[in-house]
Amino acid sequence: MSPTITWATAKRVLTQLSHDHRTVALLVLVPSLLMVLLRFVFDDDAVFDSIGLPLLGVFPLIIMFLITSVAMLRERTSGTLERLLSTPMHKLDLLLGYGIAFAVAAAIQAAVATGTAYLLLDLDTQGAWGWVVAVAVSNAVLGMALGLLVSAFARSEFQAVQFMPAIVLPQFLTCGLLIARDQMAGWLEAISNVLPMSYAVEGLQEIGANSDVTGTLVRDLAVVLGTTVIALGLGALTLRRRSG
Amino acid sequence: MQEAVDVTDLVVTRGGKEVLNGLTCSVRQGSVTGLLGPSGSGKTTLMRCLVGVQIVTSGSVRVLGAAAGSAGLRHRVGYVTQSPSVYSDLTVAENARYFAAVLGASGTAADKAIADVGLKEQSAQLVATLSGGQRTRASLACALLGDPELLILDEPTVGLDPVLREELWGMFASLAAGGTTLVVSSHVMDEAGRCDRILLLRDGALIADDSPDALRHAAGTDDLDRMFLSLIQNAEAA
Repeated sequence: MSPTITWATAKRVLTQLSHDHRTVALLVLVPSLLMVLLRFVFDDDAVFDSIGLPLLGVFPLIIMFLITSVAMLRERTSGTLERLLSTPMHKLDLLLGYGIAFAVAAAIQAAVATGTAYLLLDLDTQGAWGWVVAVAVSNAVLGMALGLLVSAFARSEFQAVQFMPAIVLPQFLTCGLLIARDQMAGWLEAISNVLPMSYAVEGLQEIGANSDVTGTLVRDLAVVLGTTVIALGLGALTLRRRSG
Repeated sequence: MQEAVDVTDLVVTRGGKEVLNGLTCSVRQGSVTGLLGPSGSGKTTLMRCLVGVQIVTSGSVRVLGAAAGSAGLRHRVGYVTQSPSVYSDLTVAENARYFAAVLGASGTAADKAIADVGLKEQSAQLVATLSGGQRTRASLACALLGDPELLILDEPTVGLDPVLREELWGMFASLAAGGTTLVVSSHVMDEAGRCDRILLLRDGALIADDSPDALRHAAGTDDLDRMFLSLIQNAEAA
């Protein structure tokens, strides 16, 4: 592994993004606009506090999942991946490079969305907004790691995009946002116990309800980051220097 | 002279079909070797074997004294794939600087490589806006970085105008004179005359391995196209 190559890769991915003004605009603005929409759909501060806050963590996960799976698929199909793997670059240089670049993008996105929710839409939480941003960025990085992993199983952009409803939406349905997880059937709750988005949402709910940093919040963050590391590790296994 | 590439009894199967069937050949250090043959003859597969990105069924591929694809070779072998593998949403200069960082070369080296392939004026242009031939050259510039000892170039002159093709072959010759070994594939027969040695592939087998002059002499014609026809007919008759 080489910090120089990792850093060069992160810079390269960010440069690619910066050339694509429309993607940058969508990336920065869409979650905030969705929050505004949500606020007026409910038209009730208390409901917005309970639903809007967890969604601050869900949107970045979904968006980063989509962007990364397509970006990585392009890297695989354009031949640049094969070329990079024939250079001294280590697989982890590539994955961490992507990780750093998209974490920067995610931090900007999460900061803007959180700022909009607190300042414009009067979101009210017991805990500090900084923790909300931290959890949102962790979720975005998790979405990125999952996107990197599934891109290995997609042969085309059509397939890559469809992995979003296949991988992310089941987590969304069972994460405790539509109905509390302990009120679901036992087998469903068991499934939701092993899906990372359940912890992402629970973490944000903890921040909403407690002014202190709770043990549950720390555990939730650890689960999200641990899943990210596992997904990145599995992603590294899917990068093969040799192919048929 | 030492051999830069040594291939022995190489068998490669892709999609259930044997693409290379027991190929043996070698490439001298500091030479330009032309890999010629009709499309589907196994040129690209052989090049992928030399770079070490192809899964090999059996046989051995030695490159610069080591097994092809081994970690120590990754900064000594440059590879240009047939379709240009550069980032279309980056400029030429950004691409070159990124590959320079990956290959441990300097930013100055990146600028020089761009000038060497004649893209100085386009260096601030996005690759997506370049013509096909310019993209190929951008891809080539990235492969020149880090001064590789062996350059594997898969059809680098496709779609280039004659002046540029001439310039590139001149560059290949001067690289070889400086000690770099080049393996260049092409299906343009008139380029064969620019090589020190020609490997002619057909259906995954080597049907000729000689200098262009010796091949001309053996076939009794100066016309390379005719020469290849007669070689292929001889191989089929045998």
